[in-house]
Amino acid sequence: MTGSRTGQGGIIDRSRTIRFTFDGKLYHGHPGDTLASALLAEGLVLFGRSFKYHRPRGVMSAGVEEPNALVGVGIGGRFEPNTRATDLFIYEGLVAESQNRWPSLSFDLGAVIGLFGRFVPAGFYYKAFLGKPGLWTFYEHFIRRAAGLGRPPVKPDPDHYEHRAAFCDVLVVGAGPAGLSAALSASAAGERVMLVEQDIAVGGGLHRESEDIEGLPGQAWIAQALTTLTGRGVSMLTRTTAIGYWDHDMVTLAQKLVEPGQVPEDGQVAQRLWRVRAKRVVLATGAIERPLPFANNDRPGVMLAQAVRTYVNRFGVVPGARAVVATCNDDAYRTAFALADAGCEVVAILDSRSESPSEIVKAAAARFNVQFDAQVLEARGGPGGLTGLAARLGGQPLSLSCDLLAVSGGVSPVAHLHMQAGGTLNWNETTGTFAPDVPRQNQVTVGAAAGGAEGNSSALGLTAPTGVDARHSFVDFQNDVTLADIDLAWQEGYRSVEHVKRYTTLGMATDQGKTSNIVGLARLAALEGRPVPQVGLTTFRPPYTPVTLGLLAGHATGKHLAVVRRPPLYDLHLEQQPLWLPSGHWMRPRAYPRGDETLHSAAMREARTVRQAVGWVDVSTLGKFEIAGPDAAAFLERVCATTVARLAQGRGRYTFMLREDGIVMDDGTVWRIGPERYLLTSSTGGADRMAHHLAYVRQVLAPELKVAIANVQEHWAGIAVAGPKAKTLLARMVPDPGIPRHMSLARSKIAGVPVLILAASYSGERAFEIYAAGTDIIPVWQALVAQGADLGGSAYGLEALEILRIEKGHVVVGGEIDGRATPHDLRLHRMLNPAAPFIGAPALQRPALQSSAGRLRMVGLESDSPIPEGSMLVSTMPGTPQGHVTGAGQRVLQKGHVALGFLRDGDERLGEQLMAWSPTRNASARVTIVDPVFYDPEGRRYRD
Amino acid sequence: MQLIACPHCGPRAQAEFEFDRAVDSVLALDASPAEAVTRLYERENPKGWSWELWRHSAGCGVFLKLHRHTVTHEIAEVSRLDAAP
Ligand SMILES: [Zn+2]
Repeated sequence: MTGSRTGQGGIIDRSRTIRFTFDGKLYHGHPGDTLASALLAEGLVLFGRSFKYHRPRGVMSAGVEEPNALVGVGIGGRFEPNTRATDLFIYEGLVAESQNRWPSLSFDLGAVIGLFGRFVPAGFYYKAFLGKPGLWTFYEHFIRRAAGLGRPPVKPDPDHYEHRAAFCDVLVVGAGPAGLSAALSASAAGERVMLVEQDIAVGGGLHRESEDIEGLPGQAWIAQALTTLTGRGVSMLTRTTAIGYWDHDMVTLAQKLVEPGQVPEDGQVAQRLWRVRAKRVVLATGAIERPLPFANNDRPGVMLAQAVRTYVNRFGVVPGARAVVATCNDDAYRTAFALADAGCEVVAILDSRSESPSEIVKAAAARFNVQFDAQVLEARGGPGGLTGLAARLGGQPLSLSCDLLAVSGGVSPVAHLHMQAGGTLNWNETTGTFAPDVPRQNQVTVGAAAGGAEGNSSALGLTAPTGVDARHSFVDFQNDVTLADIDLAWQEGYRSVEHVKRYTTLGMATDQGKTSNIVGLARLAALEGRPVPQVGLTTFRPPYTPVTLGLLAGHATGKHLAVVRRPPLYDLHLEQQPLWLPSGHWMRPRAYPRGDETLHSAAMREARTVRQAVGWVDVSTLGKFEIAGPDAAAFLERVCATTVARLAQGRGRYTFMLREDGIVMDDGTVWRIGPERYLLTSSTGGADRMAHHLAYVRQVLAPELKVAIANVQEHWAGIAVAGPKAKTLLARMVPDPGIPRHMSLARSKIAGVPVLILAASYSGERAFEIYAAGTDIIPVWQALVAQGADLGGSAYGLEALEILRIEKGHVVVGGEIDGRATPHDLRLHRMLNPAAPFIGAPALQRPALQSSAGRLRMVGLESDSPIPEGSMLVSTMPGTPQGHVTGAGQRVLQKGHVALGFLRDGDERLGEQLMAWSPTRNASARVTIVDPVFYDPEGRRYRD
Repeated sequence: MQLIACPHCGPRAQAEFEFDRAVDSVLALDASPAEAVTRLYERENPKGWSWELWRHSAGCGVFLKLHRHTVTHEIAEVSRLDAAP
């Protein structure tokens, strides 16, 4: 029990008390406390165990950079692992737990590895387990138990997250003195300003310091700035982190409206993701202090000097009773004064420099035991806290006892956003820092983030003392990476900083190496004998601090994940409680089971209805385009690979379209619905692609053509009526001249609704497609149900449609039209327009697409037993695949099973026997290769 | 997210646009098979300034020509296809 609360001071509300639990034990704190400050005030030293070695860890920092004091927070679906105790403001009822300990924090079995076993060096897993799968299987259970950062929540997140967009003239990131000043001057000039701060309060480093600013105490200066900014209408968001700087000055912000694990008020969102587009971005993101490299520098009780000062001045917490300050710069001397003023004994200030002329050092020398040329070699202590340290003083060993070691290895500017925006960094040899250099976007960096802390030779702090125990000198505290790991990676030949990073996992933890990266780089540079900038930098990736996945998803979860497109007949289908099949975003009935029918038995009944009587199916979702104008036919001859120009008015034909590389893209029908007016259909799934393609052809390839295109996919709702009694059914609703012949069209009225009737067959039976405008189609469907019942008719779904088209040998987009097949592969080549003015014609002439040798050609497959869909075609099982099955089904009226598929040189292999083999389904069928049209090859059934 | 200044609609977010292709991969309808291979498969893929076709799909629907830097994502020019060069 070393930490304690001071009697006064800080920006906590001492008049109120907040109760919370940590590892099941009740603690108290004040509003304004972080979990770290409250627990430190209660004397807690041990906060968790480390990732790999389960070493005891305490609090290292007072901000978002914390690598040690990570906790799990919240209950059930609100549980959030790896939350930084230093970046979690306590609230009534907060429930937190320590991580990586088992069975308990004070007695952790995993730590035994650290005590007795060899350390796990860099690359251990690669070396130990690569090529030895049996060994991994044996050890996996133990390693999985020991490793890992926290645990994931096991229930769905119950909270709501929202996304919001904003625009401003100036976005200021960070509300420390530099950010506040920038916001003040921009708003004074009349600019629209947004100011964001990740902390709960604006002020930044001012809360840490006791010096006046512009003649005012820090808190008074902050209050004055806030009043001015509020008066000017500056939009200020606290608890809001700029997590990413994207293209063209767009910055994403993560705004916490409640703390992690906290239950929002009814109906309130937990967090908000902002996308801010700014004309100018001011980065006032401050700097992060670095630890010093020495043995056991990860022990509880070793803290960053600025963090110690923050706990004293902001939270009124003194984290120890006997302190030593170890530094390489002037700034840490302030910590000695702050500690001493708060009643903590300052045993010594150990400065690795040989002297410093600055005033604060002189003042300190008069009050404290200041030692130059002094380097800490080792911290001593354990889970209960620090007991002392070993140092070297001008070549002589020195032992000191203390329970708090405040260290400063200098500061690193927070340049993450500057780098994400594409900026460059400049290395300062004296301060040992990378600071923003050239911006790429409309960004400017100010304050501590711009570097240039003068009078500091902090580069010294990057060098480990000679003779230090590298194996226990930590660089990346969260991932347990030591100096020895970096040395080992270098010895093994890793030179690129990106490779060293991945081999050692340096900087790859959730803190992304905010405290560690430069220390690691400096070690690598020293080994290389090269300056730090030549060693290079790793990439700064968003998000700056971890975000919960729910925030990125926003409202796009569950049923809101994607839009649902409902065809106009959706409600009528719903009454029948069909099985649904999503088709793109569309919801389409797959089958309409009756009684205890399965999908298969319902679909087979529906298919028989079509073959024997009449059925109707909703085809509203098909892609549909009206092409009009004097050059409409010429335009279609470019889009379609078949001839269109000679199509007579009122007639239609099957067509297909190619991509520019000669591969079939989509298929449908084309109808001449007026003298200079055509209707082109495409597949449901390909409709959006076709819309883009048509626009491309019209605007880019053939802008000279006088033609207009209207996407009428959603305008025309449609029903296909098919079966030997289709014409009979239609005759009951449409006067005789209104019924078109095969591949002709007619306009008529059904149930008083104007309709367009296209006579075309996909099932192989006599069939008509009836189109009406949008929901006008509803009475048409109702009329079909009323008039078709006594004919034995019924609705059918996509599953029956699939069975019917396979038996008829019709190809489908996504099945046989798979993005690889040429017209010849699909046996469509005889329909190609010989004049070849169409898209894809040049590429189709290439020899590779013209020669048939070795190409997969579409074939039919027959079998006595079910043919597994997606199976491969082999001579023997197991065997080398010679092709595959694209669609399979039972024959509708006869016995047996049929399928479509592709087989190498398949068009020359009719009659051959093969196996359709699916090892994943453990199913197979003996198949005979046949012509793919199984049903009515002469086409007698759909003609008049 | 890039900001693209559509000549018809004004500056709009990239999410409203679709990248179509580099201008050098536009294949004329009467191209030879050899040219098809060059334009479709042997393209430059420049690291630097590039002429590209984008479509303002969720806006005016028009194809636009962008002069864009593939590394920095700077956009120097956005023009209609029928604009004078
Ligand atoms: Zn536009």
